[in-house]
Amino acid sequence: MATLVGGITTSHVPAIGRAIARDLQGDPYFKPFFDGFPPVHAWLDRVKPDVAVVLYNDHGLNFFLDKMPTFAVGAASEYRNADEGWGIPVVPPFRGELDLSWHLIESLIGEDFDLTTCQEMLVDHAFTLPMALLWPGRAAWPVTTVPVCINTVQFPLPSARRCWQLGQAIGRAIQSWNTDKRVVVVGTGGLSHQLDGERAGFINKDFDLKFMDSLVDDPTWATRYSITDLVELTGTQGVELLMWLATRGTLSAAVRKVHANYHIPISNTAAGLMVLENAL
Amino acid sequence: MTATREIPGTTLFDGTQARKGYALNKMCYSFNAAPNREAFKADEEGYCSKFGLNDAQRQAIRERNVLKLIAAGGNVYYLAKFAGIFGLDVQDLGAQQTGMTKDQFKAKLLAAGRN
Repeated sequence: MATLVGGITTSHVPAIGRAIARDLQGDPYFKPFFDGFPPVHAWLDRVKPDVAVVLYNDHGLNFFLDKMPTFAVGAASEYRNADEGWGIPVVPPFRGELDLSWHLIESLIGEDFDLTTCQEMLVDHAFTLPMALLWPGRAAWPVTTVPVCINTVQFPLPSARRCWQLGQAIGRAIQSWNTDKRVVVVGTGGLSHQLDGERAGFINKDFDLKFMDSLVDDPTWATRYSITDLVELTGTQGVELLMWLATRGTLSAAVRKVHANYHIPISNTAAGLMVLENAL
Repeated sequence: MTATREIPGTTLFDGTQARKGYALNKMCYSFNAAPNREAFKADEEGYCSKFGLNDAQRQAIRERNVLKLIAAGGNVYYLAKFAGIFGLDVQDLGAQQTGMTKDQFKAKLLAAGRN
C-alpha cells in the first residue's frame, strides 16, 4: 500500500509569486517567510514523496459561479496554470497521478462524499505557489499531483467539521491505494486575513497560533466553529484554514510536528507553515 | 446555523450576493484573459453593456470603488482581476476600503505582527 509521508500546510498569497519572480526571497520584508522553508526542503529530501495530493481553493481560474462545486477532485494527466488577471508568471504544467485520482474518487464517493470530478482542470496560485515554495527552482516538478479543490468563494461553504471528515477520508484512501508510492498531502491557504470590506486587513494572531497548536494535539478543536464564526475570528479569507484542517485530517490521531513558521504580514495575510508526520 | 449574523465591515458572499452580482462577477472573471482586459480598456461602457451590468454596478466600475462593487454583488476574488487591469493589488484595495493610504494600511498590517 502507499505510504503517507505527512502533511504540509502553507499560505498561498499571490505576493509570494511576485517575490519569487523578482528573486526577493532575501528581501527583509519576505525573508522571515521564505526562511521557513529550508527545513521543509530537508524533510522532503528525507521522506522523498512521489505524489502530492494538494488541497486548495480556486479563486476564479478554473471555477466560476456558473458551476461551483463544494469539493472537486482532479482526474487529469496534466494540470496547467494560466493567467489569473493580475500578473504573476505562469508556472510549468504539473503531471497528474491518474490512478490515485480515480482511487480517491471511488473511495470518497464510497464514503458518501458527493464530489465533482474534473478531467480538465486549471490550477491557480493556491496550487502553484505552494508547489514552487516546496520545490523551488526546478525545471520540472519532482512529484505527480492530484488537486482537491474546496469551495471558499460562494457561501454556504462546507463546514470545518465536513472538511475534517473529508481529510480523514482522503487519508484512508491514500493508505488503501495499492502501490508502493509515497504520498505527501499539501494544504494551502490562510491563515487569518481579510481582503474585502471595511474590515480589510483584519488579522488574529492569537487565534492563528492557537489553531496551529491545536493541529498537533487537539486536531478537531476548530471543528467546533461555524463558518460564520471562522469568518469573524479569522477574516473572510481566513476561512482557508479549512484546507489545513482537512490536511490534518488525513493524518493519524498522533502526529509529530516536524516544523512550523508563522509570520505577519505577507501582503494582507498572516502567513503560516507547518509540517506534520504520523507519530506511529 | 448563524448565517444571518452580521460581522461589521464584512459581506459574506452568499446566495443573495451571488444572485445580485452575477453579471458583474462574470465580467470580472472574463479579465483572466488579456484580450478581454484590452477590450475593456478600449471601451469600458460597451464592455459593461455586453455583460449586462446594472446602473449601480456600472457606476461602481466607473468610480473603481471597491465597497460599492461589493455592495453591488461583487466578490473580491473576481474584483481583484478588475483591479489587476490598473496594476492595483490587494493592499491597494484594502487601503481604499478602509480609507487609508497604502502606506498606512501596510503599517497597520505590520503592527498586527508586533502585537
